[in-house]
Amino acid sequence: MNRFLLPLGLFVLLALVLAIGIRRSPEKGIIASPLIGKSAPPFALPNLTDPAKQVRSADLKGRWYLFNVWGTWCGECRQEHETLLQVHQAGVVPIIGLDWKDDDTQAVAWLTQLGNPYESVATDHSGRAAIDWGVYGAPETFLVSPQGVVVYKHVGALTPDTWTREILPRLSGLPAGKS
Amino acid sequence: MMRRRVQTLLLCACLSLVAVYAWAVDPTELPDPRLQARYVALTHELRCMQCQNESLADSPVDLAADLRREVRNQLLAGKSDDDIRAWMSARYGDFILFRPRYSLRNAWLWGAPAVLLLIGALVCWRVIYNRMTLLPADHEPLEEDGQSG
Repeated sequence: MNRFLLPLGLFVLLALVLAIGIRRSPEKGIIASPLIGKSAPPFALPNLTDPAKQVRSADLKGRWYLFNVWGTWCGECRQEHETLLQVHQAGVVPIIGLDWKDDDTQAVAWLTQLGNPYESVATDHSGRAAIDWGVYGAPETFLVSPQGVVVYKHVGALTPDTWTREILPRLSGLPAGKS
Repeated sequence: MMRRRVQTLLLCACLSLVAVYAWAVDPTELPDPRLQARYVALTHELRCMQCQNESLADSPVDLAADLRREVRNQLLAGKSDDDIRAWMSARYGDFILFRPRYSLRNAWLWGAPAVLLLIGALVCWRVIYNRMTLLPADHEPLEEDGQSG
């Protein structure tokens, strides 16, 4: 009896480790952002559609906003654009864009052609602002609270599903992530 | 003699290819050789977040270049290596550090090799101990010997 106890124990331990691994596998490709629960990085960047003005984080205090990182060079951003337009049409929360390492003329042409879901778009030619947000691949979307705290981050194209499951509940203060 | 020469030539050609590649990814040269050494060390221990199994130093993607520029500027501004590591992980998380930090959360990571070694040693000790107690028994003639095939 005793001689089976050790192998059995080891087997149970291994099964436990693997079970945790399998359960967590959907989030494996996603790197958790250290920004969640912290203040959004302050920024003051040129406005894409109105270069005389700036898009500033200070002006956004006091209301919810989605911060969407995109670029015309990014294929997935084109896929996501339809969802952004829908979110814009719903009128629940404004979308602030960050045009990441992009050409201004092309970006303006993109918005004219596909429609503009953004309240305003900030340009980040050097990529410095994106680094502050811990962006590692467009598209990425952050939800920022009226207190200026990053509440949620989505990596990859935003889908209607993410919108209704993850973002809408957080806007109304309900627990999110349930189907 | 001829063969030797050809070999040397081939070797030189191969090495020059490698050199060109290294130059192309990161041509940064800091004025102070000590800063340069720290720059090289840091860019090798920070992860490129886009192509996650490469370091900043080895990655040709845009984001890696941006982060290398950041390391360079901060070194020139007199920041310490730890400052730069902390700055990076505040934005990208500990995942950006190829060398995990010593923290309570990472304790199992650093402790695991020692624990595994201990388990190995215990198993070894048990096997050897059991063999030792078996040995004297081997010398005693078996009772069944010669009785049944």
